[in-house]
Parts: sequence; C-alpha cells; structure tokens
Amino acid sequence: MKLAEKMFAIDRRWVYLALGLAVLISLKIPFSIPIPISKEARNIYNFIDTLKAGDAVHLAIDYDPSTLAELHPMTLSILKQCFEKKIKVVVTALHQNGPAMAAAALDTAAARHAARSGEQMKNGVDYVFLGYKPYPALIILGMGQNYRIPFPTDYFNVPIDSLPMMKHIQNYDDVKAILNVSGTSATDYWISYGNGRYKVPLAIGVTGVMATDYYPYWQTGQIFGILGGLKGAAEYETLVGTPGKAVQGMKVQMVAHLIIIVFIIIGNIGYFAQRKKREQSA
Amino acid sequence: MKRQLPLIIIFVCGIFMVFQYFIPHENSEFIYEFAALDWPPIIGVFALTLGIISLVRVSAAKISKRDEDWQYSIVTLIGLAMMIIAGLPWFGGQTSPAVKWQFDFIMRPIIATIFSLLSFFIASAAYRAFRARSVLASILLISAVIVMIRFMPLGPFTDIVSRTADWVLNVPNLAAKRAIIIGVGLGIISTALKVVLGVERSYLGRD
Repeated sequence: MKLAEKMFAIDRRWVYLALGLAVLISLKIPFSIPIPISKEARNIYNFIDTLKAGDAVHLAIDYDPSTLAELHPMTLSILKQCFEKKIKVVVTALHQNGPAMAAAALDTAAARHAARSGEQMKNGVDYVFLGYKPYPALIILGMGQNYRIPFPTDYFNVPIDSLPMMKHIQNYDDVKAILNVSGTSATDYWISYGNGRYKVPLAIGVTGVMATDYYPYWQTGQIFGILGGLKGAAEYETLVGTPGKAVQGMKVQMVAHLIIIVFIIIGNIGYFAQRKKREQSA
Repeated sequence: MKRQLPLIIIFVCGIFMVFQYFIPHENSEFIYEFAALDWPPIIGVFALTLGIISLVRVSAAKISKRDEDWQYSIVTLIGLAMMIIAGLPWFGGQTSPAVKWQFDFIMRPIIATIFSLLSFFIASAAYRAFRARSVLASILLISAVIVMIRFMPLGPFTDIVSRTADWVLNVPNLAAKRAIIIGVGLGIISTALKVVLGVERSYLGRD
C-alpha cells in the first residue's frame, strides 16, 4: 500500500492511540497557555464584583457528571467569588443528577474558603441549598412567585422559613441575578421563564457545544454573560485568581485539537493524492 | 366521550396556562400553584411507577428466558434495588451516605467515562469526515480549523486567528442560529395552537 492510500485510510485505533497519548503527555508536561478574557466572562465577574455584602444571587446547578469537567470549575469559581464577597447564594438543581453535583460543589467551595480565610460558610446563613424538583419550567415559574411554593423545605428537609438567610428572600425580586450553570435544556427555561417572565438578570455557564446556541440571547441582552465550555471555566478561574482544573485542561484541549487538525490534514493529503491518481487513470 | 374528554382537558389547560402567564394576579397564582405545580409531580409519580414495573418485568423475563446478555439485566435490577433501598427514609433519604456513595463512586465515574470516550469518536469522525470534497465542504473544514486553533499561542498570528474565529462564531454562525431559533419558536407556537384547539390529535392514538 502506497503512502497516500495509508494516509487516506488510517485505522481508527491509531487515531485513538495518538489522542490518548497526546492527552496523557500534555497532562504530565508542565506548560501553560495564555487565557484571554472574553467580554462575556468579564461581564459576569464584574456584575458579582459590584454587589454588596449581604446581597443574594441564585445559582442554578443543572448538570450531571457527563459535563463535570467543563462546568464544575465554573461553579466552584463563582462560589469562591460569592463567598469571598459575602454574597448570599440560593442554590437549586433542576436536573435529576444535579443535587449531588451541587452538594459536592458547595462542600468543596466551603472547605476551600475555610482553608483560605478560616471562616466557616453555613447552610441557611451564607447559602441555602433548596435541592431538586422535576419539571424545570414549572419550578422556575413557581419560584418567581415564591421560593416556598416549589421548595417548602430545603435539600436537608429543613423548612426554609426557619433558615435565617431566607427571611428576606421571597422570590426573584430579592436576588440580584440568576447564574445558571447547565449542561441541559434547563437554560432555555431560565431564559424563557426566569428572564422572559420575571425580567431577572440572567447569566449562563454552558458546555462548549451548547455555547453557540446561546450567543443570540447574549447579543439581544437577554443574558448578560456567558461562560462557554472549558474556555469559559478557565477564564473565570483566571478572573477569580485561582487557576485550577479548567486552566490545566485548556492545554490538554489545545493539544487534542492540534492532534485532530493533524489527522484532518493527513486525511486530506491522502484524499487529494487518491483523487489525482483516479483522474490520471481515467 | 372517550375522545372528547381529553380534548376538553387539553383545551382548558392550554388556555389557562396562556392566560396565567400574562396575568400575575394572586388568584391566578393560587390556581397555578394548585393546578400546575401539584398535579404534574403526582402524574409523574404514576409514570415513574409504571416505568419501574415495566423495567422489572422486561428484565425478569430476559433473565428467566436466558436471552442474549441476560446477565446485564441482573446488574440492572440490582442497581435499581440498591438505589431505591439506599434512598428510603429509614436510611436517611436522598441525603443518606449510601446514596452519596453510590453516586460518587458508581454513577459519577460511569457517566463521566462514557462521555469522555466521545472525544475519541469525534477525533476519528473528524479525520474521516472533514474532507475538502467541494467548496462548501472546504469552507466548513477551514472554519472548523480556525475555531479549533483560536486558543493556541501562534505568535504574531494569534490575534488575527482569534479575531477571525470570533467573526465566524458571531456573524455567520449566529445568523444561522438565530434563524433556527426563530423558526423553531414559530413551529412550537403553531403546534401548540393546533394541539390546544384540537386540530392536532395524533397524541390520542387511533382507538
């Protein structure tokens, strides 16, 4: 078999092997790539940064482990910024696997905050985790009337009226913004019903493949910021000053993209060589 | 009556939801709280029960007949039973350590692993599919490469590549996305109107 034919039909296992090795090696080799900050990410950071201590935001965590790598660093960075600025956080999960993600993120963010500042963040005082309820559209509309309608108790079955933080929070009028970190269509409901019906400022953090779907809403001002995929997560980690897994993942993603581009070029060289050969023989 | 009753229910519910959305009065909110927030979970619980019964029946039949890959059905049933038992109130409900353990050490790695495998399939598919066979295919190929290399440090070309990628994403991509969103929105409105007004009845079945 000639080289051109080999380039045209590389066994897919070689592609898998090359990609796997590229990911492993780039993880081990210490190097960094620049993370330019987009306006969409900076808008979210600046919005939270201008809030006063005691203000509240709603963090909607609507993802599962399949999108953990892209979205969890966003959640952790947003929580870090809120905890440091003493901003109260109302947390919900409208995806069936979301509560475990939200609980893990809150535990991690609270533990890291305690390690940094020595200050313990308490459920019911500094943040409230309301848990999961099915049918996101209905729940979003319900919370717009009063959080107590869909969530009479929090995730730990404590009546939310007994939580100090919730005494002054009735509905979306009492939160400064909704920050939706999502790998699901729940984002559509937040845009249609959260922002559309109740006009609450909305920012989103979504996976890379989802991000382009939501840029039209950013251009029209229906959402004031977007964190798109691992890049968005890396940008926010950079903004809050704690480069973590997303920043590290960016170099791996870059090398993986490079490998894919190399294979695309190889495939096209093989394709053109074969086409030329066919034309000559015809 | 068998066909008329569901049509009446759909009409009343559909019209109510439309009006309720635009009337933020407390009476409207009270009815919404009762009708829209209480009923769906109740219906959902029955649907869930039917789903579990169906899963158990299908899996049990597969095991008893020793159908192909019947062993996986045993794993399915064990998994189902383990999660239900761990989530019972006597074991601490949804926040019990057993539920957390199963999620953290079984579900989370499985879901993350399966999704991670996608990158290998995408790489293989990109190699086989991205061929410059025509002008349109070439435009797609070049756009994809520009978007992929936009994060790479390319020295003096970094800025121009980044700007070109932003233009690809914000102009042609958004124009297409916006058209799709508006088209889908109009389609949803017309379908919803047809269902509410009883023009579209295929959801009722043929009986």
